[in-house]
Amino acid sequence: MGLLTDLRSSISRATSSLFAGTEPKRIGIYGPPNAGKTTLANRIARDWTGDAVGPESHVPHETRRARRKENVEIKRNGKSVTIDVVDTPGVTTKVDYKEFLEHDIEEDDAVRRSREATEGVAEAMHWLREDVDGVIYVLDSTEDPFTQVNTMLVGIIESQDLPVLIFANKIDLEEASVQRVSNAFPQHETVPLSALEGDNMDEVYDKIAEHFG
Amino acid sequence: MPEVTTDDDAGDGIQIDMISAERMEGMRTMEKIRLILDGVHDDNIVILEDGLDPDEESKLIERTMSEINPDGFTGIEIETYPGSDGGDGGFLGRLMGSDDPSKLTVIGPANRIETLHKDETLISTLVTRR
Repeated sequence: MGLLTDLRSSISRATSSLFAGTEPKRIGIYGPPNAGKTTLANRIARDWTGDAVGPESHVPHETRRARRKENVEIKRNGKSVTIDVVDTPGVTTKVDYKEFLEHDIEEDDAVRRSREATEGVAEAMHWLREDVDGVIYVLDSTEDPFTQVNTMLVGIIESQDLPVLIFANKIDLEEASVQRVSNAFPQHETVPLSALEGDNMDEVYDKIAEHFG
Repeated sequence: MPEVTTDDDAGDGIQIDMISAERMEGMRTMEKIRLILDGVHDDNIVILEDGLDPDEESKLIERTMSEINPDGFTGIEIETYPGSDGGDGGFLGRLMGSDDPSKLTVIGPANRIETLHKDETLISTLVTRR
């Protein structure tokens, strides 16, 4: 980490804060593949703008480019907060095109998807270092949250001094354990929700307004 | 890089590179990442006495992604002690009586290393041969 990089980063953040009153904050939706990031981004965008952000799928790495929905105005308790929602590709340390074959995808398409997925993860990391003002970290609450990728990502977010909310998604599923997610990251607030079913979205919007407003 | 296996039968074994904190100390970020990824590309398991900082981890992920190709390299598996959150310094920190967030880190090729179990006191890993 060079002095110039630090300086550039400081200038970038100082510039951002100068315009904080006029520009919406860019809130990155991060998390591992298949946690429901795009479903959440679509839920937020549809609730407040009527439009979606991108296609949802059970196939991992469906989102292979960061997508931004600008000027999402969330109104809570007489106040409003305007954010840009940035839906990012699921972060991982490995991508094997053979995994796509298990989802009835042809080999050529699988190779292309894996190549795009790797570019997408790299792009997501770049956004995290340079271009977001806050992070919603989405976890599938039916899965073990104690993974190295989650630990690393939350560590990277903390090192950037970014405000972060942990969202324990998919609470509509029987195997969901919100407690397990809270135990994994006790230093951050965990908000349970089902982005798919729209469960607990009032609290989700309260917390977004509180943390990123 | 220190090589544990140097005899003629090395191709049948698994090479483990244990890299001291001292060796990494004077390196720039990209030098560290290159050292790690060159080892992993050679199918070695790389163990860092003192792991990477969050910014370096971020760049390691980014660099790893750019080197994945369908014909061979599928990425890395990585495990760290203690967690990146620093927390109370983990068992190593407590052992040393400090909050130093230094973290033992194990990195290997994704297609050869699989974490079987991880908790606060144990990482159990399966390493397969080629």
